[in-house]
Amino acid sequence: MEWDYIEKVLPLYGKAAWLTLRTGTAGILLAALTGLLCAAALHWRVPVLRWITSAYVEISRNTPLLVQLFFIYYGLPKIGIRTDPETCGIAGLAFLGGSYMTEAFRSGVEAVDRIQEESALSLGLTRLQAFLHVIFPQAAAISAPAFMANVIFLMKETSVFSAVSLMDLMFTAKDQIGLYYRTTESLFLLVSAYLLILLPLSLLGSLLERRLRHAGFGT
Amino acid sequence: MPDLGLEVLWKGKNFARLLGGLWVALRISLISAGISVLAGILLGIAASRKRSVSSVVLRIWLSVIHVMPQMVLLFLMYFGTTRAFGWNLSGEAAAVIVFSLWGTAEMADLVRGAVTSIPVIQRESVEALGLKPGQIYRWIILPQAVRRLIPLSINLITRMIKTTSLVTLLGVVEILKVAQQIIEANRKASPNAAFGVYLTVFVMYYLACRPLSLAAKKLEKQWR
Repeated sequence: MEWDYIEKVLPLYGKAAWLTLRTGTAGILLAALTGLLCAAALHWRVPVLRWITSAYVEISRNTPLLVQLFFIYYGLPKIGIRTDPETCGIAGLAFLGGSYMTEAFRSGVEAVDRIQEESALSLGLTRLQAFLHVIFPQAAAISAPAFMANVIFLMKETSVFSAVSLMDLMFTAKDQIGLYYRTTESLFLLVSAYLLILLPLSLLGSLLERRLRHAGFGT
Repeated sequence: MPDLGLEVLWKGKNFARLLGGLWVALRISLISAGISVLAGILLGIAASRKRSVSSVVLRIWLSVIHVMPQMVLLFLMYFGTTRAFGWNLSGEAAAVIVFSLWGTAEMADLVRGAVTSIPVIQRESVEALGLKPGQIYRWIILPQAVRRLIPLSINLITRMIKTTSLVTLLGVVEILKVAQQIIEANRKASPNAAFGVYLTVFVMYYLACRPLSLAAKKLEKQWR
């Protein structure tokens, strides 16, 4: 391993890691938002919307992100929907992650016993108050581990972004291997960069899971 | 009605070629899934004993797999080991090795979970009745563990099929690569082929995964 070379290309990997982190975070936030809206549509049985939501969840969960990205990036422009690589990556991640987040939130809300909402309503709380003060805190605690698992899963999924010509970590490593045959150094940098991003997330996830285990109220 | 580029599919053998590409991907995932299920059951049973060497090995193995993206593992196998050991590895072989390593760990974890979730008292009771360890597994543990395991392992296979799409980035000629070739070849005649062909790939993956995830969901409900 040549440290001179590593020092030279480090900024390149720094830039790539930043891109991975930036697009990943944006995609995950959008996925969480999509998940919240879909979970709400399913929970309150909003007519029509809930059918669309179920169909979306089925389609999104049964297709790979790479195929979704190819369709968005190369297919959709043919019917006039054009995206730049970064938007495409974020949109793809949100499309994939939305369904996983929906499941996480929905299972949290469903795990809270129906009687809790009924009790809250009979005490005179409005539907919104009951949701905000009674259902949501408990559902959030139950959903949190699945939510964190999804965050880690989606951050890892960003590793296919190079397929739509985003210059992320995979792209940079492959480029360096192809250009200079620096296989050992490139793979070392690739693994280190991903460890730097994913290890803290994974530790946070297990910490959260341990702390929230006490939060199961009568479940 | 805009031109959706669907007519390309019916030209020559294009549709059959796409199906052939899907089969390449499915073959990789089915071989890996087969290895994973067999090896995972063995490792999982071994790891279900507390404080055994295999349980420690499994835990380390799992944490590596949970932290590293599949794509990185594929790169390590495809570029890294060929460089380090000087052997020649096809993209398909590298994929089967990586997916089997990944699937075995996941499967072993599922098996370990299913075996240890059966109350100890059951094992103790039949032990007191004089059954041998082999008999305890055959008649008490396995029948219960298998019910919990089947839906979970079907889900694992579905995930494996989806993950196999990554091998196109190692240069394996599977469905996405074939799609690219078809689009390239028909660039002049049907400029909108990218829409129709990638849509078809999308639908094909959906049709391959949907029955499996549906079956898993149904069995999970039925056997709960």
